Amino acid sequence: MEKRYGDNVVLRGLNFDVAKGDRVTLIGPSGSGKTTILRLVMTLEEAEGGYIFVDGEPLTHEERGGARVEMKGSHKHRLRQRIGMVFQQFNLFPNMTVMQNIIEAPVHVLGMSKKAAIAKAEGLLEQVGLADKAHSHPLELSGGQQQRVAIARALAMDPEILLLDEVTSALDPEIVGEVLGILRHIAETTDITMLIVTHEMQFARDVSNRVLMFDGGRIIEEATPEVMFSNPQHERTQSFLQAVLGNPMVEAAE
Amino acid sequence: MADNFDALLNALPLILEGLIITLQLTVGGAILAMATAVVLGVLAQQDNILLRGFARVIIEFFRGTSLVVQLFWLFFVLPQFGLSFPAMAVGIAALGLNYGAYGAEIVRGSINSVPAGQWEATTALSLSKLQGMRRVIFPQAWALMIPSLSNLLVHLLKGTAIVSFITMADLTFRIDQLRVDTNTFFAYGVGLVLYFLIAYVLTLAMNALEARAKHKLGRGVSLPEALNLRSADTGVTSSTKEHV
Repeated sequence: MEKRYGDNVVLRGLNFDVAKGDRVTLIGPSGSGKTTILRLVMTLEEAEGGYIFVDGEPLTHEERGGARVEMKGSHKHRLRQRIGMVFQQFNLFPNMTVMQNIIEAPVHVLGMSKKAAIAKAEGLLEQVGLADKAHSHPLELSGGQQQRVAIARALAMDPEILLLDEVTSALDPEIVGEVLGILRHIAETTDITMLIVTHEMQFARDVSNRVLMFDGGRIIEEATPEVMFSNPQHERTQSFLQAVLGNPMVEAAE
Repeated sequence: MADNFDALLNALPLILEGLIITLQLTVGGAILAMATAVVLGVLAQQDNILLRGFARVIIEFFRGTSLVVQLFWLFFVLPQFGLSFPAMAVGIAALGLNYGAYGAEIVRGSINSVPAGQWEATTALSLSKLQGMRRVIFPQAWALMIPSLSNLLVHLLKGTAIVSFITMADLTFRIDQLRVDTNTFFAYGVGLVLYFLIAYVLTLAMNALEARAKHKLGRGVSLPEALNLRSADTGVTSSTKEHV
């Protein structure tokens, strides 16, 4: 996957690849463009320039005869099906039960039979520890439970790429752990490629194999989590981690 | 006074006929208005400038011109161009398009009030725009728009009174006739009460729809609970009911 942006204010001259099965965490101060990257990959926003490739195929635009040409809607739709996203605010559909939320896209997008979709959803709900909540309404659930349903809903589409956008930022501190635990388990038991934006540095350390430090719309440092959290090279990274972790050199190394 | 009630009793079959015409206009007008409101309301918030422009022109035209004048155009002017329709069809068309134009703004506003995150989730799940609108956004917007639509429906009911201008013997027309055998105070008093009763029934029906729509979003009690037809979970109301 490759992205380049021209003179976009949010992201400039950005170019990075994510290999299949990679778990890449994007860190950096607010406004550094981390979330924008996930939103661009999910086609929720359009870039002013540059290209995104998924498995070698252009996602939204391609270069044709030197010009940046938008891809057909059907092409975007097909490619988008390989990408899933979990949002900070969960964004469950309140007009549907938990079960209906999960089977909606498998049935109406993938054309799965309702029976098969329900069986699969039951398995996923089991996995996120909410087997007894299938017929609840989203608003009857706690924030942590809603986010677990949102994770199950994203997984029901069998995404090859999963985008996690600050998935614990809207949760009470004491229930952050239950959500991260589930994601950790998914990371361990699947080969889904993950792009993660998070402020949970311990989680980033546990799950990702690469960490990208963003500032002012560009990547200023890239490293494995071990190196990034114990021996950051860039001064900006050091001060950022210092602010987020307290004392990264000591705590993260433990 | 007794004479008045005798006259009312005699006029009752005709008043009932008028009432039926008024109800036909209300129901027909409401159905057309709803269809118009949804189509124009959805078009009015499209990115495509042509679709949006088309909807805006229609909405502004019907909102900006008098219902009576629209009615006259449809009933008296169009026949001069060889297009004539039965009075009932004209009445329903004028009411439906006029109130539909107002309804379109309600539909558009309600759709825009659904949080952007809901649209984003439909994209993330690869639902098409149409699927997203039909299955996710509209059902949520529906619950938001019912109170305003309910107002509009009552306006529409009262708006039906002008069809007597195009030769229709609706409730207002029959009430006017009743005046001949009674007096102004009595006849129009009956009119007030009858219109109020219909409006009240319509409002109750819309409240029931709203309760149902909200319950589907996981807010509020279910409709049977709201109408107290079935005992609620609290047990308090049901037990007192059984003892009474």
